[in-house]
Amino acid sequence: MSGATIGLLVLFFAIIFLITKPLGLYMAKVFGGERTPLSRVLLPVEGLVYRACRVDPEEEFHWTKYALGIVLFGLGGVLFLFLILRFQGLLRLNPQDFDGLAPHLAFNTAVSFMTHTNWQSYSGEQTMSHLSQMAGLTVQNFCAAAVGMALAMAFIRGLSRRSAQGVGNCWADITRAILYILLPVSTILAIVFIWQGVPQNLQGALSVATLEGGAQTIAQGPVASQEAIKVLGTNGGGFFAANSAHPFENPNHWTNFLQLIAMAAIPSAMTYTFGRLVGDTRQGWAIWAVMAILLLAGTSLSTVIEQQGNPNFDAIAANQQAGAEQAGGNLEGKETRFGVGQSMLFTNVSVATSTGAVNNTHDSLMPLASIVPMVYMQTGGAVFGGAGVGLYSMLIFAILAVFIAGLMVGRTPEYLGKKIEPFEIKMVMLVTLAIASTVLLFTALAATTDRGFAGVLNPGPHGFSEMLYAYSSSASNNGSAFAGLNTDSSFYSYTLGLVMLLGRFMIVIPVLALAGAMARKERVPQSLGTLPTHGPLFVALVAGFVIIVGALTFFPALALGPIVEHLMM
Amino acid sequence: MELKQQAKTAVALLVILVIITGVAYPLVITGIGQGAFNRQADGSLLRDADGKIVGSSLIGQNFTAPHYFHPRPSAAGADGYDARASGASNLGPTNQLLLDAVESRAKAYRQENNLPADADVPVDAVTSSGSGLDPHISPANAYLQTGRVAKARRLPENDVMELVRQHVEERTLGFLGEARVNVLKLNLALDERFRR
Repeated sequence: MSGATIGLLVLFFAIIFLITKPLGLYMAKVFGGERTPLSRVLLPVEGLVYRACRVDPEEEFHWTKYALGIVLFGLGGVLFLFLILRFQGLLRLNPQDFDGLAPHLAFNTAVSFMTHTNWQSYSGEQTMSHLSQMAGLTVQNFCAAAVGMALAMAFIRGLSRRSAQGVGNCWADITRAILYILLPVSTILAIVFIWQGVPQNLQGALSVATLEGGAQTIAQGPVASQEAIKVLGTNGGGFFAANSAHPFENPNHWTNFLQLIAMAAIPSAMTYTFGRLVGDTRQGWAIWAVMAILLLAGTSLSTVIEQQGNPNFDAIAANQQAGAEQAGGNLEGKETRFGVGQSMLFTNVSVATSTGAVNNTHDSLMPLASIVPMVYMQTGGAVFGGAGVGLYSMLIFAILAVFIAGLMVGRTPEYLGKKIEPFEIKMVMLVTLAIASTVLLFTALAATTDRGFAGVLNPGPHGFSEMLYAYSSSASNNGSAFAGLNTDSSFYSYTLGLVMLLGRFMIVIPVLALAGAMARKERVPQSLGTLPTHGPLFVALVAGFVIIVGALTFFPALALGPIVEHLMM
Repeated sequence: MELKQQAKTAVALLVILVIITGVAYPLVITGIGQGAFNRQADGSLLRDADGKIVGSSLIGQNFTAPHYFHPRPSAAGADGYDARASGASNLGPTNQLLLDAVESRAKAYRQENNLPADADVPVDAVTSSGSGLDPHISPANAYLQTGRVAKARRLPENDVMELVRQHVEERTLGFLGEARVNVLKLNLALDERFRR
């Protein structure tokens, strides 16, 4: 790795480390209904929202009522977004007169944004009216992120409470996430983005005569407002087809760095919120350490591979050496201003945090480098993961680690003083199996049918990687893509949409059931046989589990795709 | 009972959030952006000496004439640099289509710029970008094109080289960003400095 890349990594991890405590503390206060500096302005607004919705924020929901609220809120969101997309042609703020989306595409997109996946089977600048971008997609960017954070809070309450029936109030959690965290930070981010060159207007595409006498039509619109929540909410759905590679979404290295921080901020800080609320911040830092170690490992590995470049280009005498006058490396699908270093850090942070935004083309990554994002997705987005979602995904691994370690030494496993019993392990296994089975079964379906093959761009094992990547991405609600795969067909729209729904609710419901079961338990006092869950041993144990579970489950599939492709080079 | 109550709340909250996050938020940001950073909010448009809009400083455009610096290959739209159709080639690293394209681009690049047949070509000159709208090329790429541009404009090579050097943007603090040259800005400066 070059000195510049190392400098970039040090700066990134230092800033993420430094914001984890203050932001985590702030979130703990917000979700606990305590006063914060913003309360003076926002408390009246919050009260107004509760009155209009007839919500009593103090009312505690049993986990089933909490889950019901989340499911219905999602259903409503999908329906509303589907209707906007279907009928955007009849609505206003459509300067380029785009038609409504076909039913399969509207379904896929609505499900995709509600489930926090933000998979895009369409090209934004050729499909979406400004109204759809604003009142449709931006709304679900906020809602999906808020739901993820709410679920994390319910899960934390399950672990921190004793002999309790309730896991919180989903309506208060969603409202607070948006009003106190997502909306204010997005506003600041959006303004900084505009300052740095991200457009924000309501015009249609602008036609200009180029310097050489040609014609160019430049699509623009309300980009910055969506860009901000796209990264902060770990959503990832771009205004343009090229996403964060597009100079209007991500004009320079400052916006790129800010996007990296924005994507990692909430998932990282959630670990502190967790530690704080269970009464031992070391527990949160242990989880943070597991995430940071895995992210650093993945980033280093893929950066080194990409910087070496494509060996097939050497014979053509393309110079891929990094130097003072060029960034070098495998530059197919990468932007000059980002080079390999900032492209690969973006790929790792974006996929690890389940954002799925891209500032370079993953389909053109070297085969071994492309394994890294696939593993993040196949382990369920536990390495930082989506806003909120990442925390409970990693805690599931922590519970699994405690359970197996407990079996090895013959003790009753417990986590944070709560006994892990058959019901809890059943829920944990449901979550683990949900991702593995949906990814593998649907990839197999696509790989064995003509309609699946019809979407593939690259021949050979790379084509298989495209399908595996697509279903890994949708099952873990990530949204990152090997974009060569053409998924604007009814086969992919419906299967990917179904996988996104399975990936969301086959995890949300067991996770809430787990939270409910944990909340009801008493706390058992620590004994000599208790495995400490805040030390380096535990960190190594959980990190190992993430890799082993991911590797054992998906190694055969990865071997058929990227590994074979690498060996063929 | 529980179902009905939660469904009602879900709908009410959704309506309120559409108003707050889907209407108020983007419109307020548009107002602030237009007021405080009007040039950027409208797409960072560039004008030539006569005040005519020639494009955006952030969006690359096609140049094929020998007296202009050329951008990277582009996969946006059928002819490249279509700013209504951003996108990449998405070709995998072992795809023969990619290898053939890189080879023929390298060949054409050497021919255009009068380089020996076995000369190394900077990788950015033969690969397409992620957006297809990459406004930059590497300094190495720009330096290699200087001779051709100078010859086509009948200028001393040093004058053009000097202008290129002025347009090289270095890394910030030595590690943020990459060294780069904005092609449209450079070509615009060429036209202004050396009126044809």
